[in-house]
Amino acid sequence: MKRHGLITRLWHWLNAAALIVLFMSGLNISNAHRYLYWGDYGFDPADAWMSVMRFPGWTTLPFGRYDLAAARDWHSLAAWVFALALLVMWVTSLANKHFTRDLKTSWHDWSPRSIAGEIRSHVAGRFEGHGAIYNGLQKMTYGIMLGIFLPMMVFTGLAISPGFEPAAPWLVDLLGGRQSARSLHFIFTWAIVAFFAVHIIMVIVSRPFKQVWDMIAGGSREADAND
Amino acid sequence: MTDIKRRSLLAGLAALGTGACAKIANSDTGQSLFDTAEDWHRMAQRTLAGRQRLAPEFAPEDRSPDFRGNGSLTVDTPEYRAQLANGFADWRLAVGGLVEAPLSLSMADLRALPQRTQITRHDCVEGWSAIGEWTGPQLSNLLDQARVRPEANFIVFRCADTLYGRDYYESIDMIDAYHPQTIIAHLLNGETIPEKNGAPLRMRIERQLGYKHAKYLTGIEAVASLDDIGDGKGGFWEDVGNYQWYAGM
Repeated sequence: MKRHGLITRLWHWLNAAALIVLFMSGLNISNAHRYLYWGDYGFDPADAWMSVMRFPGWTTLPFGRYDLAAARDWHSLAAWVFALALLVMWVTSLANKHFTRDLKTSWHDWSPRSIAGEIRSHVAGRFEGHGAIYNGLQKMTYGIMLGIFLPMMVFTGLAISPGFEPAAPWLVDLLGGRQSARSLHFIFTWAIVAFFAVHIIMVIVSRPFKQVWDMIAGGSREADAND
Repeated sequence: MTDIKRRSLLAGLAALGTGACAKIANSDTGQSLFDTAEDWHRMAQRTLAGRQRLAPEFAPEDRSPDFRGNGSLTVDTPEYRAQLANGFADWRLAVGGLVEAPLSLSMADLRALPQRTQITRHDCVEGWSAIGEWTGPQLSNLLDQARVRPEANFIVFRCADTLYGRDYYESIDMIDAYHPQTIIAHLLNGETIPEKNGAPLRMRIERQLGYKHAKYLTGIEAVASLDDIGDGKGGFWEDVGNYQWYAGM
């Protein structure tokens, strides 16, 4: 059996590409009004809970310049790719049991003793999954990404859209108002960036070429088990 | 065979570098992809929300302490200063284009029509929001009075203000034109609209971003196509900065 299924691999790279476009165009959009508020309204920097740095041109899309309209073009195009791919990934993972087999955590995984043990073996450079393809920490992290962080980007993004709001005003209320939803969109962005940083580091310290190649070609669970 | 596929996958990923992004964005294919994404957003929002569903309305105590002015903050002509000084007694709103009975309405005419008052949130494309109470007649009422011809597909708003030496204008389709919250506001928070917010008349298009809400309104025009107006993209910011014509997201 392949270590990573075809849909997982396609989703992984498509999602990575969409997230990079969303992130870089999002930084350009953030430069348009660099203040974050809680509640329904907010326009006065004096009321902001956070004043955001101006992101330099080399971090943004379009590259090297402030262009809100073009950034919004990229953002609304990549949003479709990101949201539809996430939906397909969830439906497939539930249907083909990828979720229950590889990602679902047990109560044991969440116990402080288990988490401490996992951290100790990570520090010692051991990342084995005890017979599964992912260890407890990985399952928790991937589950939080797929189940909370990534969907929250979709929900907070929808909640900022005035044309979507009449369809689900409760969503905006649930998130604490439009400016709160906008703040949460920003906060979850950086939570995903934090995941991305740890993810890249973990790949680098654990046989990076095999890891990347397996996520392209699929790899083999049997070969991994005999390692 | 699979190697070729793998290679093209890697090449595809590599092509997402920023240089390639600029090439995509500037190509006809890139622009049509962006336009398709915009169309999908519009259709999805209209399907999910329906044509007539209202934007949320707020209680008086939810209003923001001030209502930020943005874009044009005045009209820099002696005529406008004179109008402002005499309370816009001579301001006229023309309703024309593809209509059977063109209108020319005074402020008193507009105040005499049935009024709608709504406390709504105004979302700027930049990201900020303000909440205010707007009062005015519904656009649908004026369009019915003027008897819009069936070949009209869009309503264009003509404005007194200019930016970068161009006349500001905006446009919406007939769905938003006949939406109950689409009003020609002459009051903000119970008082005549302040200069910075578009005195004396400002459109409210509550399910779209702020740049659609034309200020300093002088004319309403029913048209079949937007091609021959301005640069043909349907609005000032659409023409000048390539902003999205549908501003529901």
